[in-house]
Amino acid sequence: MAAVEVHDTPELQEPERRTYLNAGHTLSSWLLTVDHKRIGIMYLIAVTSFFLVGALFAALVRLELTTPAGDLLSADLYNKAFTMHGVVMVFFVLIPSVPATLGNFLIPIMIGARDVAFPRLNLFSWYLFMAGGLFALSAAVTGGVDTGWTFYTPYSSTYANGSVLLAGMGAFVAGFSSILTGLNFIVTIHTMRAPGMHWFRLPLFIWAHYATALIQVLGTPVIAITLLLMMLERGLHIGIFDPTLGGDPVLFQHLFWFYSHPAVYIMILPAMGVISEMIACFSRRRIFGYSFVAFSSLAIAIIGFFVWGHHLYVSSQSVYVGLVFSFITFLVAIPSAIKTFNWAATMYKGSISYDSPMIFVLGFMGLFLIGGLTGLFLAAVGLDVHLHDTYFVVAHFHYIMVGGAIMGFLGGLHFWWPKMTGRMYPELPAKIAAWLVFAGFNLTFFPQFLAGYIGMPRRYHEYPPEFQIFNVMSSGGAVVLGIGYLMPMIYLIWSIFYGKKASANPWTGKGLEWTIPSPPPTENFERTPIVMEEAYEYSHLEVKKVG
Amino acid sequence: MGKFSFWPESASSFAWEVDALYIFIGLVCLVFGLGVFLTVVGFAIKYKRKSDDEIPEQIEGNLPLEIFWSVVPLGIVLAMFAWGAVLFFKMSTPPAEALNFSVVGKQWMWKVQHPEGKREINELHIPIGQPIKLTITAEDVLHSFYIPAFRTKIDAVPGRYTTSWFEPTKAGEYHIFCAEYCGLDHSRMIGKVVVMEPTQYTQWLKNGNVAVASVAGNEPPEAVGARLFEEQRCVTCHQTNGTLGPMLAGVFGHEVKLQSGETIMADETYVRESIMNPTAKIVAGFQPLMPTYQGQLSEDQLIQLIAYIKSLSQTGIQTQAEHRAENEG
Repeated sequence: MAAVEVHDTPELQEPERRTYLNAGHTLSSWLLTVDHKRIGIMYLIAVTSFFLVGALFAALVRLELTTPAGDLLSADLYNKAFTMHGVVMVFFVLIPSVPATLGNFLIPIMIGARDVAFPRLNLFSWYLFMAGGLFALSAAVTGGVDTGWTFYTPYSSTYANGSVLLAGMGAFVAGFSSILTGLNFIVTIHTMRAPGMHWFRLPLFIWAHYATALIQVLGTPVIAITLLLMMLERGLHIGIFDPTLGGDPVLFQHLFWFYSHPAVYIMILPAMGVISEMIACFSRRRIFGYSFVAFSSLAIAIIGFFVWGHHLYVSSQSVYVGLVFSFITFLVAIPSAIKTFNWAATMYKGSISYDSPMIFVLGFMGLFLIGGLTGLFLAAVGLDVHLHDTYFVVAHFHYIMVGGAIMGFLGGLHFWWPKMTGRMYPELPAKIAAWLVFAGFNLTFFPQFLAGYIGMPRRYHEYPPEFQIFNVMSSGGAVVLGIGYLMPMIYLIWSIFYGKKASANPWTGKGLEWTIPSPPPTENFERTPIVMEEAYEYSHLEVKKVG
Repeated sequence: MGKFSFWPESASSFAWEVDALYIFIGLVCLVFGLGVFLTVVGFAIKYKRKSDDEIPEQIEGNLPLEIFWSVVPLGIVLAMFAWGAVLFFKMSTPPAEALNFSVVGKQWMWKVQHPEGKREINELHIPIGQPIKLTITAEDVLHSFYIPAFRTKIDAVPGRYTTSWFEPTKAGEYHIFCAEYCGLDHSRMIGKVVVMEPTQYTQWLKNGNVAVASVAGNEPPEAVGARLFEEQRCVTCHQTNGTLGPMLAGVFGHEVKLQSGETIMADETYVRESIMNPTAKIVAGFQPLMPTYQGQLSEDQLIQLIAYIKSLSQTGIQTQAEHRAENEG
């Protein structure tokens, strides 16, 4: 892509090449690093650990729900389990998943920079994230929280027992990490691009992260204030949300969803960016309709700020307000549809190879398609009255937030794993894992659409027996899904020690990250690259590598 | 209730309309989803890489195609929007002849009162073919009153009133669920709605469930409200000469002019606010003299008081209507 001399990767000749990984081996060389790549790896370790915690709570929930009676957990423990599952997965896994790990690692490299604009702030963001995580986990061990991750008032501010303040603080502090990361990315993308890397030569991964960063910077302060007010009401009984103190509980919902709906796009947009990169690489095609895909990211980010009221159709919000939000919600479907069509069109007349990241791409497209289309049912206000707060909603948002975002995350992790670690992972288990995740995911969550339409409400510890069959299917699917998620953890870690050494460009990809050695040196580029080509210029392959 | 099925029971006049929209969107999604799926699978097979150094033809994009696949889905989703909007509007507009039931949610039970005064807990007995309007509130936290067989749901919000309505069409017993998470026993905040033939319903009203009859008196809410109006000394200001507080006959359901110059519809929520937080919206021409009744009235008592105030204005309208009828006659 760039006119740098592409060094033949010195594989055997020069074993002691300095990389960002062997630049220091002490713990403090990691904990005090300002290298965006090392910080990305630190986020990866943290996010994976939180994922295991969140998954443990999910396992408890699914195990409990295999029978209609509340027999495994008490109602109190069940409520705490689904709350911790939600808090950990939303604030500490899904929101940072792609941007904080792959974004941190790749954004500077993809635009031809040596680091992000504010490297120290980047490290500080990681510490804030960890502090937030410790708050949230300490809430779990000091009595737990049973408010649900939505913290709806006045239950959270007045009635709930348990460590609501600690959990709220966790999300509050982690929010600042998200804001600062977003800010860092915006400034980096604006000011650090290499010569010739003008806006329409940026990889779509960058566009997606730019749109995401805008939401992080503009939306997250609102949830921070909202959670702070909830905590103040709980601690000091100021009347903001509790009607007995003169407050308004529905106000909380408006403020909460003003952030938390766009937060879904914080999760899915970066994954979409990952998908664009991989689909181009494995089809050897420039992304069809590049600018439409780029601007659809911005459209989603902007329109996404005006749809929050679709969470409040039956909350006492006025009928007309409901209609307006329904209308805007349908509009946000269009940029998502545009992306899907353009991805499909990118494969047309391509040269498609089925390395494991591409299997994740196909899985993403399947799950995102189902997740996106089922959003139409919920956007239709007259139909949502029936579906709201049922398992139909649970299934829908898992398809988008987990099916879509985690599929993109896992795919991206496989795609850039050789770049990050310098090692190839074993291909066959990776393909099996991708198919298992896809199949297990559908087995787990598709039955929930059916349970939802016949009326099973969310957050039910016990349920009438006619819902059991769907819950048994769901729990069975969760086992398959769990295996699919566990496999990559094992073989990826294995590959760090025993994997085949990776070349600089194992997938014959375009993009600056494939022009530098794997793993990259600390300074990324020996000399600042000068970009002479459009993104995804697959009309010629200048780097031909075997193995 | 009982055996599982893939379709919820349909027992209200909305049920088939909601189902019809569900099926419509479902079919569109199926066609569309299958279309994309088959296209991707087709491309995936047809354009499989044949050799490692294969370089495919590069295509930048296609503007007419982009416009086509933006505008067509837009048209389709706008149709979905319109259908959903019309349905929602209908679901939000109870007919004038609907019977008004009141529902209060509290951790973790539903308290229901019939217009005739009968009370129930976690049960709702109603006659077929009669539009029923529910006025709902909550005593503590948020709840949501959900009857899947009717396809209706409305949040119970502390501090305000929400309404929902339906017309039951099929006799039987159906679930009532709390759909908004409300704490420990959220999943036990369930009940049943019993739809009966009108004759059976009249019979039931007379005999009723002995068990719940003892919950409280089964007087009509406005009668209890009238007593409360005396006991709480509302009469002192609101029923003498009208200098201390506004007279309340004929007020409910009409616009009221406020001191601020605005006008407001005197509905349940406004009357409730005026009792709990009297200085919030003062009627033009009056002083902020009224003390708050916050903490002194239960949600049930508030509903009874409001029912009484409502009855004051219904008799007023009736009298006027009768008056007009007499004149015309």
